This record gives sequence, structure tokens and C-alpha cells, in this order.
Amino acid sequence: MIMIVWCDRCGRALDEGPHSACAAARELEPPRYCGQCRRRMKVQVLPAGWRATCVEHGDLTPTSS
Amino acid sequence: MPESVLARAERVLETGVGLDEAGVLEVLRLPDDQIPAILELAHQVRMRWCGPEVEVEGIVSLKTGGCPEDCHFCSQSGLFTSPVRAVWLDIPALVEAARQTAATGATEFCIVAAVRGPDARLMAQLAEGVKAIREAVDINIAASIGMLTKEQVDELVALGVHRYNHNLETSRSYFPHVVTTHSWEERWDTLRMVRESGMEVCCGGILGLGESVEQRAEFAIQLQELDPHEVPLNFLNPRPGTPLSDQPVLDPKDALRAIAAFRLALPRTILRYAGGREITLGDLGTRDGLLGGVNAVIVGNYLTTLGRKPDEDLALLEELKMPVKALSATL
Repeated sequence: MIMIVWCDRCGRALDEGPHSACAAARELEPPRYCGQCRRRMKVQVLPAGWRATCVEHGDLTPTSS
Repeated sequence: MPESVLARAERVLETGVGLDEAGVLEVLRLPDDQIPAILELAHQVRMRWCGPEVEVEGIVSLKTGGCPEDCHFCSQSGLFTSPVRAVWLDIPALVEAARQTAATGATEFCIVAAVRGPDARLMAQLAEGVKAIREAVDINIAASIGMLTKEQVDELVALGVHRYNHNLETSRSYFPHVVTTHSWEERWDTLRMVRESGMEVCCGGILGLGESVEQRAEFAIQLQELDPHEVPLNFLNPRPGTPLSDQPVLDPKDALRAIAAFRLALPRTILRYAGGREITLGDLGTRDGLLGGVNAVIVGNYLTTLGRKPDEDLALLEELKMPVKALSATL
């Protein structure tokens, strides 16, 4: 089971206060941090999507996230 | 009694000659209740001097992040604490991005890199990418890879790049508040070389960087002097970790005033909605701008942020009875 404990926008812990502004911003942004380990991901935005890669946890796409 | 700005805008409609700086400034200062009238005039100017068609473009980042420059709005500078990491796009993915863009009906595909200027590695990657796209996808290719040497300009022409984007970003007087690692004049030099090469010049900027309305008017007139084929208008989307992360988003009414003002300064230019329209104008404002002088859009995602779904923009254009410019019309 995958444990998401970090905000994928700001990189802070999800239980450290609300992340509603991050969630709203994420409507128009790809993730930047890995939700499992907080590492900054390599993110490629494409005209019709995006692809993010965590060196530890692998690839994320809009459908997989 | 001095002639009203609306009367002067009427003359732009008749003559196709853009407003002067004082006129642009007056448009930028119009009271709220006159915004609909000036947008309507700007729309008429666009329809008369550019026609009803809308040019659709997609963009992609060939090299993201790690930029040595300090453009204060940009999440791709390596000098700030932005979470954006450096990444390169491979050629198959670049071709697929061009294919996705063409599938929307777009005629333009702009390949962008976050650099001061291209090195040999980037020029080689771009050359390979342009060749691969031209073999596989029917679309015009534009590029935006920073400041160029004359030799690099010639190389882009030889590759078949038809338009080059290099934004001045803001007025000459405000530029040093936004960028300190290079000058406005260095950007101008690249634009001059691009113009002389025969490539189409694409040059715009970002509104809402903290510039005054006077500096916004100054910028419009500096673009008028440059006379680019296309002006992309961005609205600041404050990015985490950049020096402008806390800058307020531009008021939507000011954004609409600016759209009308830039159209009236540049009656014959392609005026393109670029980044930031979603958060500055929303859906309703986007519509107002398309009925207020804008005649081109970037569809889909941007370089590091996401845009509206292309289908939504294309449906809006259909609803507004604005035909998408066909590729045959651009050749």
C-alpha cells in the first residue's frame, strides 16, 4: 500500500495544516514533490499532459496520480 | 477640447495606424464603465485589420529548469528556490508533443528552452528535433531558445524555423527591476538579427510584474517600434520560490484594459493569449479578451504549468464564430 504523507505541491507534511490552496493550485500545475518521500521530482510538462519522475519511486502521470 | 481616446481609437479603426503612447496610457486609465466600449472598438480593429481567424499554437519545453538567468518571474531559474528541476525532452517525446498539438488544429508549434542562449548541445538537439517533426507532422515550427548569435540565427533559418520568439518581457525602463543578468538591449539585438534574417518575429511580455501603467504604455509603444509579427501577452502567474512569488495577480479589469490598449497600439499584429490568462481572467474574462482584440491562443499546457483543455478553447472559438486559422493560410 502506498502512503502519501507529503504535499506534492509545497513539499510539506500533509498533516501540517491545510493544503487547500495547494490543491486549488494543482488544478493548473503538475506535482513537484514526491508524495511518498518529499524528493523533488523531474517534471516534464507536455501539451496534453505531464510526466513526473521520482528517483526513488518512479514515474507519475496524470492518470497514475 | 482634446480629442477623446475613444475618438482616437476610432481613427485606428479607419487608418490601421496604432495609438501613440499618450493614447495607450489613456486606454489603460479608462474608468471601469468604459471598458466594454474600448474592448468593442479593439475587437473591430482586430476584425478589420487582422480578420476573424484565430491562430492556434502549442508549446513545449525542450530543456526545462536550470537556467543561469535571474528573470524574477521565472520558476526555471537555477538561482531561486523554485521546485522546478532541470530536465531535457527526448526527440520521440518532442515529436509526439508536436503531433498532439497538430491534432488540436493548431498551425504553430513552438519549441522552448530555458537558457541564456543555446550551446552546441542544445542547437544539435533542436536541429534533430526540428528534422524529426518536419518528417512526421504537418505544422509550422517556431523556436524560443534565448539570445542568439548571428550564426545561430542563420542555423535556425536553415533548419526551417519560421518564427522566433524572444520576449522583451516588460518596458525598457522596468526591465532592470525584473532581470539583472542581462539587459533589455541584448534582447533587442537578438530580435534585430531575427528580423534581418527573414524569420517572423514573435515578441511580447508579461503584464503584472509590478510595472506602472505608464511603463505598460511604454512597453506597448516599444513593441510598436519593433513591429513584430506576433505579440504574446502573458499575465503573471506568481511561482513559488521566485522573487515575484508574492506579487498579486493582475486585476482582471486591468488585464482587459491592457488587451484593448495593446490591440489599439498594434492593430495589425497577431495578439496571442499566452500564460496566466486562466488565473487572471478565468473563463469569462478569456471570452471578453477574444472579443476585445486577441486573435491567437496557446492551447493546452504551458512550459511548467497547465492550461485549459484544448477542447474547451476550441469550443469557445466555435461559439464565438471565430474560425481557427488553417495551415494553408499560413504558408
